[in-house]
Amino acid sequence: MNTADQEAAAIELRGLTVCFGEHCALEDVSLTVPHGAFVAIVGPNGAGKSTLIKTILGLVKPSRGEVRVFSKPPEKLDPSLIGYVPQFKTLDRSFPALAEELVASGLRRAWPVRISRSERRRVGEALARVGAEHLARRSVSRFSGGELQRVYLARAFVRNPKLVILDEPATGIDVMGEADMYRLLEGYQKSSGATLLMITHDWEAAYHHSTHVIVLNRRLIGFGEPQRALSEKCLRQAFGHVGHEHTLSLTFGRRGSV
Amino acid sequence: MFEIWHLPFMQRALLAGLLMALLAGYYGPFVVQRGLSFLGSGLAHGAFGGVALGLFLGVEPLWIAVPFTALVAIGITWAREKTSISGDTAVGIFFAFSMALGIVFLSLKREYTSEAFSYLFGSILAVNGADLWASAVVLGLTLLMLPFWGRWTYATFDRELAQADKVPVMLDDYLLAFMVSLVVVVAMKLVGLLLVAAFLVIPAAAARQWSRTFAGMVLGAVLAGVASVVIGLQLSMQLNIPSGAAIVLLQTLLFVLAALIFRRS
Repeated sequence: MNTADQEAAAIELRGLTVCFGEHCALEDVSLTVPHGAFVAIVGPNGAGKSTLIKTILGLVKPSRGEVRVFSKPPEKLDPSLIGYVPQFKTLDRSFPALAEELVASGLRRAWPVRISRSERRRVGEALARVGAEHLARRSVSRFSGGELQRVYLARAFVRNPKLVILDEPATGIDVMGEADMYRLLEGYQKSSGATLLMITHDWEAAYHHSTHVIVLNRRLIGFGEPQRALSEKCLRQAFGHVGHEHTLSLTFGRRGSV
Repeated sequence: MFEIWHLPFMQRALLAGLLMALLAGYYGPFVVQRGLSFLGSGLAHGAFGGVALGLFLGVEPLWIAVPFTALVAIGITWAREKTSISGDTAVGIFFAFSMALGIVFLSLKREYTSEAFSYLFGSILAVNGADLWASAVVLGLTLLMLPFWGRWTYATFDRELAQADKVPVMLDDYLLAFMVSLVVVVAMKLVGLLLVAAFLVIPAAAARQWSRTFAGMVLGAVLAGVASVVIGLQLSMQLNIPSGAAIVLLQTLLFVLAALIFRRS
């Protein structure tokens, strides 16, 4: 990345609209994510959260508007700048793979037939970073949710990405595993200065761990610091009913009356 | 006991079988892990349309079956990716269409076509020089495409991860379907179209039982295929049973043994 890229925003969306036939998953979304931000994306099911990250990854093309990642359209961006952590519940457990192969695929952007000595060293470092070096030669099909999440994080970190995108990373892991995951993410962000973008259904995690929150329900409802974006007004507008009052009061220590 | 291997037709059958074990062992794990086991069967039935057209036109069926089956493979892949139907439905449509065409072509041919039966059930005697050359060409193409193994495997493991890393997964789907269609056509003479899909699926499924890596699964599928071809051809001659059936029965036995020995605790 040159100096101009480093100065520019990590992600810029301008009037982003994504439609599948007559149904629009995202409508007129505009925002700028600064470098080094830890951004949580919240919204109800069908709000367009996954469509948003897929558009940023270049997997879905905008119907209208613009997406820029490090000042470039996603299709022209060097993919090694991005570390993507998909929902691990989609993992095909029938596929024969060792953890070190999965992590090495993050380096090569292809599946390794054999792992070279220099690759093995980098894979080992990435696994050690997430406390999973002991899993290197084990089959991923036998892993628990927490173990799998660590290996996927190592796979993302091994290429030293400037942007890490996570799709519901806390799904299927226990409370301790979740706390470990946020510690690892925050540690990576501090050491590398990378930008993190994470879909979550956990408002509390978004409130406590992120620097910015995107509240989405097809349209952009709120964006900014957690205290501002996770206001009752934004959440009610996004989720549409008062059934979350209890959660609101538990999360932010206030009454959910509006 | 081993004199049969001195017979030229058995040597041709063995060579064809070994080439097939190599090719099916290489592509079978992709077919199995992508959940496309029905594709092999569909393509084999699709090939029947091409064989019948070749017999009807009076030309070597292989030369018609190759492009015909490749077109069927491309059609199935297109329907899977560009329409809202699932992969097995796409296979089901093209498979039925090609079989119906084949039946029409055979019915238009006045004289009795015994050759059609050798394609249905497979025959050692039917393997000729053209079949061996065709297998060698498919092997050559496979060697040319060896550099694609890593990205094909990557997309087989997780299509979305591969797409996010800008792997041309759609192009690779067509390439893979095209290559599998070639393997199916060249295997048909030896194994028969009714059983050719087993050649792609069973050795790979057996190898999955003991493999911890995908590369190991490919190697295991090749070895399982080679063993079943050599022993199957020997049994076929000694017991006077069709070669394809003997090979597939052995592969199934191997799968059952592997599943019992390496079953998950």
